[in-house]
Amino acid sequence: MSTQAENNYQNEWPLWEVFIRSKTGLDHKHAGSLHAADAQMAMENARDVYTRRMEGVSIWVVESKNIHASDPHESDSMYEPATDKIYRHPTFYDLPDELTHM
Amino acid sequence: MKELLKYTLQLADNALILGHRISEWCGHGPVLEQDIALTNTALDHLGQARSFYQYAAEQFNALPVSEKEHFFTSSAIQSIIKDGKQVDEDDLAYLRDGWDFRNTLLVEQPNKDWAYTIIRSFFYDVFNFFFYTELQKSTDVTLSAIAEKSLKEVTYHLRWSSEWVIRLGDGTDESAQRINEAIANRWQFTGELLTMSEAEKAVATSGIGVDLEKIKTLWKERVAAVFAEANLDVPANGWMHQGGKEGKHSEHLGYILAELQFVQRAYPNMQW
Amino acid sequence: MTVHSFQEKFDEKIDREDTIEPRDWMPDDYRKTLIRQISQHAHSEIVGMLPEGNWITRAPSLRRKAVLLAKVQDEGGHGLYLYSAAETLGITRDEMLEQLHSGKAKYSSIFNYPTTTWADMGAIGWLVDGAAIMNQVPLCRTSYGPYARAMVRVCKEESFHQRQGFEIMLTLAKGTEEQKKMAQDALDRWWWPSIMMFGPPDAESPNSESSMRWRIKRFSNDELRQKFIDVTVEQTKILGLTLPDKDLKWNEARGHYDYGAINWEEFWNVVKGNGPCNKERLETRRKAWEEGAWVREAALANAKKRAERKNKEASAA
Ligand SMILES: [Fe+2]
Ligand SMILES: [Fe+2]
Repeated sequence: MSTQAENNYQNEWPLWEVFIRSKTGLDHKHAGSLHAADAQMAMENARDVYTRRMEGVSIWVVESKNIHASDPHESDSMYEPATDKIYRHPTFYDLPDELTHM
Repeated sequence: MKELLKYTLQLADNALILGHRISEWCGHGPVLEQDIALTNTALDHLGQARSFYQYAAEQFNALPVSEKEHFFTSSAIQSIIKDGKQVDEDDLAYLRDGWDFRNTLLVEQPNKDWAYTIIRSFFYDVFNFFFYTELQKSTDVTLSAIAEKSLKEVTYHLRWSSEWVIRLGDGTDESAQRINEAIANRWQFTGELLTMSEAEKAVATSGIGVDLEKIKTLWKERVAAVFAEANLDVPANGWMHQGGKEGKHSEHLGYILAELQFVQRAYPNMQW
Repeated sequence: MTVHSFQEKFDEKIDREDTIEPRDWMPDDYRKTLIRQISQHAHSEIVGMLPEGNWITRAPSLRRKAVLLAKVQDEGGHGLYLYSAAETLGITRDEMLEQLHSGKAKYSSIFNYPTTTWADMGAIGWLVDGAAIMNQVPLCRTSYGPYARAMVRVCKEESFHQRQGFEIMLTLAKGTEEQKKMAQDALDRWWWPSIMMFGPPDAESPNSESSMRWRIKRFSNDELRQKFIDVTVEQTKILGLTLPDKDLKWNEARGHYDYGAINWEEFWNVVKGNGPCNKERLETRRKAWEEGAWVREAALANAKKRAERKNKEASAA
């Protein structure tokens, strides 16, 4: 599935993962992902999309393809060759904190 | 002081009209991330406009009645004055006619395409960056406070538009051709940014306003530097349009106001 | 390890209410259903920017303008979070957009109705965002991790959308006769399409059973619709407006409001493309995408040039 997709959509801006440390936060936390042509733009887009330009925050951006993630099947000593392709990028790693609604 | 009021309105109108133009992109951007980015900028301009209008309303309401009556020629705002009511930010934005708007011609120019939009923002952002840097030193505490807050936003706008000028100038053949066309067509509106109106001269002498002579060179140098990085040529000076600051506008402002003011004009004297 | 045991493991996780994560094994149907649902949801956010976007330049006060701009921008952000969640399932955003532009993918039919007066900004925020929130809150606990986390973010931001809409309605309803008429007119036009947002009646709703099991869906269409109607009837009283349904009345035995027959023929027609604005909305999206092509290419070309220059400098040093 993904191979064909890559052929047809080579012109898509690369995907980046965004990590943000808020003013009061201790560690950078995964905030989400976005598309950008380069690191500079990814940084700006991250500010625009994920912080709405809050001040005093620190942002890391990493191109998604450069992230290596642990294999959930290893722990059970399971392995299937196809599992690698399933995964495109590790988005939204942090767990939901709290939820407010009307 | 009436000159300060005119000056404040000029700053407000520039922010409102440029914000209006940029907000037209919302939902129509070339890519989602940039759509969101552009809307942040529109919101910044709108926020700046509101601060200036609120200050302008304060000044206007403090004028003696005899002066109020002659300050604006729009009949809609005259009726508020006749009723003895105070004006607010919305009255100033929605009830003045085109001839009472003091924004520069550059900001009312249509978006056309991404290149025209970028170059309009870039020319204005360079100006705005140096302008607010100076305005922070204003002896008027309200203006200097607004300038200080706005400068943070404008610094970001300038970075964003500069980056895009470089991307388009040094991108593909098509993008270079488009940005060059946009520069050729918008350059003639840049002179007005740095030419002082009577109101600007008056407030500059008293230390309230910015002496544009101080930032002329800075503007030129910054534009040249970014253009150099973008492989773009700075046009020769040539003919420059003037008049916006004195209320003499292009045809475009009328359409902007027709949209912007429609609800308030069609249903007068109501709360929204 | 056989597919069968992968399936067992997956089922166990679902039963334990664990989340399924991108690298976990999942049944093909689960993946397909999720891609369809999440991308459809993302498209709805993006197309949904258009009817409200209409009024940004015409908002009647600077404060309303700022709020509306921020609101429409939020919807763009929601689209972005959701596209990102779908991308973890092995589809690119460009592929999803292609499906939208070709008409293959669907989006919420509500956005195919026109926004003809300012009061529509009130009605949309109050009713459309209200209905959306009711649909979305249960999805914060959906089984697919990235989707659930995207929904948490979305729901957090949605909270002000409905409030600002209700505030617009309230201001109009308490205003002049003309304003009240404007508010009632908007309510008359948006009420039925809003309650159609919960989808066809349970008896005719396909996919529901497996979606319930996978917690891709947590309540049935009719359950959510009833909940929305019950809440909204009370809110309408505060506004002093009238819901355009003569059959609406409290049913003591059920503990719910009974409501009139929904015109499902209209619903299916709008789904099929015959709504008042279907063609316009798609055309607008397509135009934005096509006219942006040279911009996206330019940014890529420039990024490449910069990277090459950087490499050269590095190897020269
Ligand atoms: Fe949304
Ligand atoms: Fe919303």
